[in-house]
Amino acid sequence: MSAASSAPMRDPDAAIRPWVENRPSEGFFPGLNVGELWAFRELAYVLAIRDIKIRYKQALFGFGWAVLQPLIAVAIFSFVFGHVTHVPTQGIPYPVFVYSGLAVWFFFSAGVNAAAQSLVGNAALVTKTYFPRILAPLASILPASIDLAISLAIVTVFMVGYSVEPTAALALLPVWIVGLFVLTLGFGVWVSALNVRYRDVRYVLGFLVQTLLYASPVVFPSVLIEGAWRYAYALNPVVGVIDGFRWSLVGGSSPHASDIVSFAVMLVVLVSGLVYFRRVERRFADVI
Amino acid sequence: MRATIETVGLGKRYRLGEHVRGDLREALLRRGRGAAVARDLWALRDVNVRVGDGEAVGLIGRNGAGKSTLLRIIARITEPTTGVSRTRGRVAALLEVGTGFHAELTGRENIFLNGAILGMSRNDVRRRFTDIVAFAGVERFLDTPLKRYSSGMYLRLAFAVAAHVEPEIVIVDEVLAVGDAEFQQRCLTRISEMGREQRTVIFVSHDLGSVARVCPRVVWLDDGGVRADGPAEQIIASYLGSSLEPGPSTEFAADADKRSQIVACSLVGPDGDLLEAPRRDRPFALRLRFLVREHTPGLDLAVILFNRRGIRVVDDAWSDSRPTSACGEMGEYEALVEIPPVLPAGQYTVAAWIGRGHETIDYREIFPFELFPGLTDGAASVRRNRVVQPPITWAVGVPGHHSGARALESADG
Repeated sequence: MSAASSAPMRDPDAAIRPWVENRPSEGFFPGLNVGELWAFRELAYVLAIRDIKIRYKQALFGFGWAVLQPLIAVAIFSFVFGHVTHVPTQGIPYPVFVYSGLAVWFFFSAGVNAAAQSLVGNAALVTKTYFPRILAPLASILPASIDLAISLAIVTVFMVGYSVEPTAALALLPVWIVGLFVLTLGFGVWVSALNVRYRDVRYVLGFLVQTLLYASPVVFPSVLIEGAWRYAYALNPVVGVIDGFRWSLVGGSSPHASDIVSFAVMLVVLVSGLVYFRRVERRFADVI
Repeated sequence: MRATIETVGLGKRYRLGEHVRGDLREALLRRGRGAAVARDLWALRDVNVRVGDGEAVGLIGRNGAGKSTLLRIIARITEPTTGVSRTRGRVAALLEVGTGFHAELTGRENIFLNGAILGMSRNDVRRRFTDIVAFAGVERFLDTPLKRYSSGMYLRLAFAVAAHVEPEIVIVDEVLAVGDAEFQQRCLTRISEMGREQRTVIFVSHDLGSVARVCPRVVWLDDGGVRADGPAEQIIASYLGSSLEPGPSTEFAADADKRSQIVACSLVGPDGDLLEAPRRDRPFALRLRFLVREHTPGLDLAVILFNRRGIRVVDDAWSDSRPTSACGEMGEYEALVEIPPVLPAGQYTVAAWIGRGHETIDYREIFPFELFPGLTDGAASVRRNRVVQPPITWAVGVPGHHSGARALESADG
């Protein structure tokens, strides 16, 4: 007996389902259908799990690599900027200082790079199935949470090792993590859509992300930038998140008024990204 | 009947020659110089189709008639340029078997992944998991990565997941073009069952016999518009009769996107000369010219003949009689396929296929032709409804004395 024949008959008296329409989209911003996104949440979850599994199945050392990679980076930065250059860190041991910044950085860079490939790399899904396209960059960012969790665990070990005590600011950590996610999503939405249209985006992206690392307060504190320049510096939206995250986790200088600029830029990137994405997504399946 | 799918004035325009994908560099340089002139191609024009709740509709038409575009718009994969398409209920689009399958993941992981892509929740998949595994027959390989599956196992698993989705609307495009005959039969049976479960089915296939079996109603798309819409038998018959250029010789434009392609086909006698009026009691042949643009080991060729009712009376691959292919190298080739005199007189359609294993590289319905009766065939014999007519020997005589066909003649004389 084939299993299929036991499929339940559809109930013909079921409530009449509403029409779902597909028509040419109009207007500047077609809007976001949040209800539909929620209905497709399992797909986002399944795609994220898939990416995590593939990543650890393919890697030579699997999970070990995810731990080793940041440790090597910390060792190098600690030697160059902590030991040789003596970057001032307001009394925080340099490895703890740099790791708290790198934790943010690793999430951001992994998330943006994954998002860039999220549509192009899933071309079969985009051309053969329907789902809210925004789900692709969204889901692609989620696996970076594993890196963040690993980073947080290692920072904790470092803090214990260097006897750095957390302050009450730790309670605000979730706020910065949400900020980090919004920041990554904003950039991710932009690059995922741009990459569909322009093939060379990912090469440019690799260079830009690398450059942004040194333009952000990862290896040095942003207090080194003085006066009005600090506001200009905060135009880099990564600044606010790193400053806040580090302050909550390991202490040091508290957030500066200029961080508002960072968060404003972050929201502009996200909103403009969503508008751009929604405007061009109608052509993804034809172009990809 | 309440409609479940409805399209009103549906049109889809593609821009040819426009830069759809380029680089940033090009985009920046192009600024101010004006975009290249684009040529419009309307893949669909003013398509109005209404499909009732629980109806099974076949979609037929030549390559490029707009079938896939229509399916993609109904499934909301792409937007129309004009008009609107409406659907009521969940839509599962089986435009390809195993969409989203990943070679590194195990069979089990891929079932959940593919299920989610087809719109099933994790609970749905869990509930039907044993059924899916049994349908695919891969119990022993559930925890083996997909890359170690044979292509047959891969297909069975892929279709098994698709066969167990429970949406209101099922859209099936050519998924049956792959797999062995037994597998195709099972898929077809399952699709018919979906129809009986009151799901709305839209089915596209080059195999007109399958379309007729699954769908009571057929819509014939031609050049982006609906050419005919009605009872399956009637529409298929008129499609076979008139949709193609008349034979017996056709050439096709080169399509550089195809790794291999059929470039010409003609109906010839066994000697290779063009044949205007083939007769059912004489062998005839198809001369097929094809182009291999990319080295393809294992390249295979098949010739298909449909009769008037859309039944595949001949479906013969080169590899059926010859284990290894000798034309995988780049170049142009010619095949002469001789068909023995076993078909009854009537109208046939020739189709040809190039591919490798389950993969189709080029498939074309080429031309219809009339197979004329033999010189001695009586009218009653020609009118008889049959699928094959091999030379059959009759021996009739008094009991015990029918030693051969001659017996009857000598008894008469």
